[in-house]
Amino acid sequence: MLRIVVIGIVCLLIAGAFIKIPVKTYPEKLSAWGIFEGKMSALKPTMGVVPYALNTPLYTDYAEKLRFIRLPKGASVNYNANTVLDFPAGTLLVKTFYYSADFRKPRIDKDIVETRLLINEPEGWKAITYVWNQDQTDAVLEIAGDDKQVSFIDQQGVKQQVRYVIPNQNQCKGCHNRNDQLMPIGPSAGQLNGNYSYETGIENQLSFWKSHQMIKAMPALSNIPRTAVWNDPSTGSLNVRARAYLASNCAHCHKKEGPAQTSGLFLTEDEKDATAYGINKPPVAAGKGSGGRMVDIKPGDANASILWYRMHIQDPGERMPELGRNLEHKEGVALIKEWIDSMK
Amino acid sequence: MRKLPVTLLFIFIGSSFALHAQKDFQKKYQSQMILAEDGSVIELPEGTFTLTNTLSLEGKKKITIRGKGMDKTILSFKGQTDGAEGIRVSDGTDILLEGFTVQDAKGDAIKTMHVTGITFKNVKTEWTGVPGPQNGGYGLYPVQCIGVTIDHCVAIGASDAGIYVGQSQDIVVKNSKAYHNVAGIEIENSLRAKVYDNEAYENTGGVLVFDLPDLIQKKGGDVKVYNNHIHDNNFENFAPKGNIVAKVPTGTGILILATKGVEVYNNKILNNQTLGTGIISYYTMQKPIKDKLYDPIPSAISIHDNLYERTATPSISNDPIGMIVGKKYGADMPHILFDGIKNSKLLDSTGNWLPGHCISIINNKNQSIVNMDVEHMFKDMARADDLFKCNK
Repeated sequence: MLRIVVIGIVCLLIAGAFIKIPVKTYPEKLSAWGIFEGKMSALKPTMGVVPYALNTPLYTDYAEKLRFIRLPKGASVNYNANTVLDFPAGTLLVKTFYYSADFRKPRIDKDIVETRLLINEPEGWKAITYVWNQDQTDAVLEIAGDDKQVSFIDQQGVKQQVRYVIPNQNQCKGCHNRNDQLMPIGPSAGQLNGNYSYETGIENQLSFWKSHQMIKAMPALSNIPRTAVWNDPSTGSLNVRARAYLASNCAHCHKKEGPAQTSGLFLTEDEKDATAYGINKPPVAAGKGSGGRMVDIKPGDANASILWYRMHIQDPGERMPELGRNLEHKEGVALIKEWIDSMK
Repeated sequence: MRKLPVTLLFIFIGSSFALHAQKDFQKKYQSQMILAEDGSVIELPEGTFTLTNTLSLEGKKKITIRGKGMDKTILSFKGQTDGAEGIRVSDGTDILLEGFTVQDAKGDAIKTMHVTGITFKNVKTEWTGVPGPQNGGYGLYPVQCIGVTIDHCVAIGASDAGIYVGQSQDIVVKNSKAYHNVAGIEIENSLRAKVYDNEAYENTGGVLVFDLPDLIQKKGGDVKVYNNHIHDNNFENFAPKGNIVAKVPTGTGILILATKGVEVYNNKILNNQTLGTGIISYYTMQKPIKDKLYDPIPSAISIHDNLYERTATPSISNDPIGMIVGKKYGADMPHILFDGIKNSKLLDSTGNWLPGHCISIINNKNQSIVNMDVEHMFKDMARADDLFKCNK
């Protein structure tokens, strides 16, 4: 009997061996990129790696995110008012996903899950991800995706658990997609037009970029759009904040150049056609995702609206967004509910 | 007493071994699909494999994904936790999917988008168990593709459409079977489609040709449906409410909704107990229209040389069409229903169709037609068996 057990364990070890197919172009380990210095898990950037944040970011299962940009020496970003900024070839965007053990004491004791890189190669943007090891000493390139159980104590002091999903390389483009080209989603002028707490003090991010020659052709700050902060009423009306939230969380697919164009539902902030952003719009190919509801947004009644239903429901065949959400974003969904319920 | 814990340990190791093996399957084939060089073949082994996430192919040219046969290589998504479809192919050229089954996907079974040259051959999509609204929407689901071939495929149990071609161009659907879906085969907002030598049976509706508003590809048309066996499509509609197919009457053979340029011929259309063939405008669906570029009224339709038969029972549908028309005609339901709504811009001063826009219904065996006059709440509903002859 003991022999069978031993054979079983050996089989288990063989089966558990990581299936690795090497990718020629990019280093196996995150440390090789030289983004961080000192102890890796401290996420302390090296010279020329600049942290940034977005006014209304994408929600990903309550993961906390730390973003950095590295521009090639002497190169700078071209300003544009409406879409993602024009980054020069060689730009590196770095986003690290982590969970603080207790969200009320952020970053004291944290579990770093993955670091995603967007690299602006001469032939276009590439997306790769590195998964952090158990000891949090480094992260390893992973193309086929994975998942990981994480737990944390939320802002209310309640223990939460989630199976965090690391996307495979194709799934990156599921969201990072404009006319079938891989593209960054977040860093537009409007999203960056807010303060950041740098080591040198608090400063508007775009002003910081300008004074460090990171951006050119930038107009005066007063002439630059500013994306509302979804959960800060001082930054915009309920309507403006709800549209900003939908733009960040849905419009990467739900735009005319995005993968969800087949649905005819467009959730960009500048969409003016009420039917196109969901008002009394019947679904096209929602299947059971309709939840038995007749239209995307029924003014005055979130409960009867498919938009609310799919942001709230758990089933993977129905929920929205399709990727990166196992846990409902309660606060975000509450915002959308309030917005729909307030419509006349 | 010593034996028991050892046995338990063995069972534990055995089951975790199986789980690991399945996760490795997902990783192995997902990696292959990511790293595949253009022109390569990805071979799937024989057996049933459990997947928890979508398998996706993206931005590739001339790739074949080939199993050992429709009933030999089975990809089961019963325990799917991530991704909204079983298999997803996007932004590709000349992709061939062949010889496997996709089972119980949480959303759609196989979705292909923005592919030029997509072929499904000997592929089955199914939801096992009793068909119901919990099943995924679409089985074989090419959307916004150019050059679609679906050949010798099988689609079972979709809560929307088993074989669904949407917003695409240059399409062939042949030698395939669709049953126990809400819609067996659906061609939606698509141009130049040929649907032939298929069997669509025991769905709610056998074959649907639809043009819908608010979509990127606005107009379908030039659709030919011929040599098909479309029978016994009397499965009670189980589509989730809100979807357009939830409005398809139970007992529908062929339904043409708003599409211009459809030819239906040489089909056997048998025992579809509410309507053999319907020609209707989007108005009859009783949904609001806000899309100014959308034309909700069908025209340029030709229905000829088909065989119609049905068992002499009343209509089996509970929707307004089935109830009102059914009440009037009882067991003697006419085979072909026209809602009576014509686009006035396409008529001459005497009310006849301008050349090229006519609705022609001739030479069908057992031809019987009712003009439902939906526009006036069925007021002048009447038989019109020989009134759909065009001059040229």
